[in-house]
Amino acid sequence: MTEKVFTKEEWLGTLETLKESYKLFGPVKDGDFHTFMPLDGNKKPDFDYENTRLSPKSVIYPESERMFEYSLDESEEDAHILKESPKDYSPCAVLGIRPCDAQAFQIVKRNFDNPEYQDPWWTQHFEATTLVGLGCNAPCATCFCTQVGGGPFHEAGLDVLLFDLGDRFLAKGITEKGDALLEKTAGNPADDAALAAAEALKQPARDKITATVPTDQLKDKVTNELFDAPFWEEVAFACLNCGTCTYLCPTCWCFDIQDEVQGNQGDRIRNWDSCMFPLFSLHGSGHNPRADKFQRVRQRFMHKLKYYVDKYQNGVQCSGCGRCVRYCPVNIDIRNVCKLMNDFA
Amino acid sequence: MGNPYLPYPVRIDRIVTETEDKNLKTFRFVFLNPEDEEKFAYTPGQFGELSIAGKGEIPIGIASSPTEKGFVAFTVNKVGLVTTHLHNMKEGDIMGLRGPLGNWYPWDEMEGKHVVIVGGGFAFTTLRSSIIYMLDPENRSKFADISVVYGARSPGMLLYKDELAEWEQRDDINMHITVDGTDDPDWKYNVGFVPTITEQKITSADNAIAIVCGPPIMIKFTQPVLEKLGFSPERIILSLEMRMKCGIGICGRCNIGDQYVCKDGPVFPLAQLKTMPGEY
Repeated sequence: MTEKVFTKEEWLGTLETLKESYKLFGPVKDGDFHTFMPLDGNKKPDFDYENTRLSPKSVIYPESERMFEYSLDESEEDAHILKESPKDYSPCAVLGIRPCDAQAFQIVKRNFDNPEYQDPWWTQHFEATTLVGLGCNAPCATCFCTQVGGGPFHEAGLDVLLFDLGDRFLAKGITEKGDALLEKTAGNPADDAALAAAEALKQPARDKITATVPTDQLKDKVTNELFDAPFWEEVAFACLNCGTCTYLCPTCWCFDIQDEVQGNQGDRIRNWDSCMFPLFSLHGSGHNPRADKFQRVRQRFMHKLKYYVDKYQNGVQCSGCGRCVRYCPVNIDIRNVCKLMNDFA
Repeated sequence: MGNPYLPYPVRIDRIVTETEDKNLKTFRFVFLNPEDEEKFAYTPGQFGELSIAGKGEIPIGIASSPTEKGFVAFTVNKVGLVTTHLHNMKEGDIMGLRGPLGNWYPWDEMEGKHVVIVGGGFAFTTLRSSIIYMLDPENRSKFADISVVYGARSPGMLLYKDELAEWEQRDDINMHITVDGTDDPDWKYNVGFVPTITEQKITSADNAIAIVCGPPIMIKFTQPVLEKLGFSPERIILSLEMRMKCGIGICGRCNIGDQYVCKDGPVFPLAQLKTMPGEY
C-alpha cells in the first residue's frame, strides 16, 4: 500500500503528469457551487470545498449516453440495424470525490453489474475509472454518512484516499488501481507526523455528524405494512415532484431510452429518468400504477429504504451525502422519513 | 456475454390483421442471422422488446410457440408511437428484436396436472403460445386435461380465429369461447363475461393450475371465481403488464415492490402478488 505526502503545490503540479495517463475530473468552482468537470484546458481543480451540488455519478453514468447508432437510408445495406456507438474507455480518474459518493458507486454497482445482466457501458466506464477520494474534515449539517455504513474517511469504494493536512495532502493507496495511480505521481513517502495527523482528523470529523438516522429495523418490516403506512400522504404533501432529489442523488440510477433522428442518421440514447415524474410509469393504455404524487414519493423512499434493503441484503440505497435534504425546495428530509419508516409499528 | 440492449436484426415475414377493428395485427419475424434464432430460445410466457430504429422499443408477449420453428410471432395492439409505426410497416421491412425476456409459466409444476387457461381480449397472446406448446405431440402427454376460457368483446375481436375453430374440433382440449355480446344469429359459442363462463364451465380445481391473462377488470372478477372453485393462490398464475424500457431489471421503472416485472416477472403466482404492494 502506497502512502505519499505532497505539499498542495506539489499535488497540483503532479496532476499535470497524471494527465498523460488519465483523463482527470475534479471539483471546479463554477459560480456559487463546485462541479466535477474534466480538468482540460485551463480548468483548475479546487479542493477546498464541502461537496459538489451534483454528484459525480455522470463520470461513469452520463446523464445522456449514446447506446446505438443506425442509418435509416434505405440504400445502405445495414439500414435499420443498430450498431454500438463508439466509446472512450481510456483510463480516467476522479480527484477529490467524497467517500459518500464513492460508496454510492458501490451501491449502484449492484444494479448495473448483477449476476444475471451486466450493463456494458456502466461496467466499462467504472472499470476504466480510478477514484481518488478526499476525506471530509468538516462534514456539512446535512451529512449523515456515518448512519448508513460510511464515514468522512470511509475507504471502501475508493482507490486512493487523500487527507487534507492543512499545508499538505497525505495520499493513501487503497486498491491496486489506486497504487498504480500513485506510482505515477511525485510526492514523498509519508512520514510518521503526516500519518499521525491524518489519523487525528478522523474522530473529530465523525463527531461533527450529529444526525441520528436509524435503519436497523427496516429489513424486518413487512413491505405491505410499510407501503400502507398512514404517513405517506403527509410526507408527500408539500412535494412538487420537481425531481431535484433524484437528479442530484448519487444512488439514483433510473433511466429512459429514446431514439433521436437527424436526417437519415439516428441514435438510441439513454437519459437519466426520475420516479417523480408521472410519465415514468404511465402505460400505453393510459393506466398509471403511480398516478398520484404520494405514490411516486412513496416509491422513492420505499425503493431506497426497503426494496433495495430486501433485494440486496446490503443496507440502504443511500450513502448519506445529504444533497436531497439540502436542495429540496420544500424541505422533505430523507432522514426524517427513514426514522418514520424504521420506527413504524 | 453480448450486449443485452442490442436487438437482433429481423425481417417482417408476415402480417395478419386479427380483429375487426384492425387494431390488432400479428407480426411474424424471421432472424436475419440464423444463429440468432437459437440465441432467442424461449419458453411460453416470456416476452421480447420489438425495436424500430428511429422510434424505440416496446415489450410484447411472445405469441408463437417454441415448437414452431423458423419464426417468432407477436400480436401487437396499436396504442402509441412504436406500435402505430409498426402497424404501418410492411412485410420485408427490417427491424429489431431483443430477448427473450422475463420468466415463464411454471411448466415444470404444471406437468401431470389439469391446466385451466383463462384469457380475455388481446392478452391471449402468450396463452396462444402456451396452447400450441402443450398441444404439440411431444408435449401433450405431459399434461392432463386442458381447458380454455377465452373471451372478447365481440366475435370480430377474437384473436386467432382459425386456430380457435380448429381447437374446438379437437378432443384433447376443452374450449369455452365467449363474447361479451353479439347480434350474430349464427354465433355458436358462449355469450357472457369471462368470469361467468369460467364459473359455469370449470367445475373442479382438483390437481389443476389456472393461468390467467387479461385486462385488470377481468382478472379482478375471475380471481374470486377461481378461489371459490378451490384454486389456492399458489395455483393461480397471473401475467402482468407494466411500462418497461430496458427489459432486464436495470432501468428501474417496472417494479412492484422489490420485484421487477420485466425480469422477476411478468409471471407471478397470486400467492406471491398478495405479498407485494398492490401497485400495478
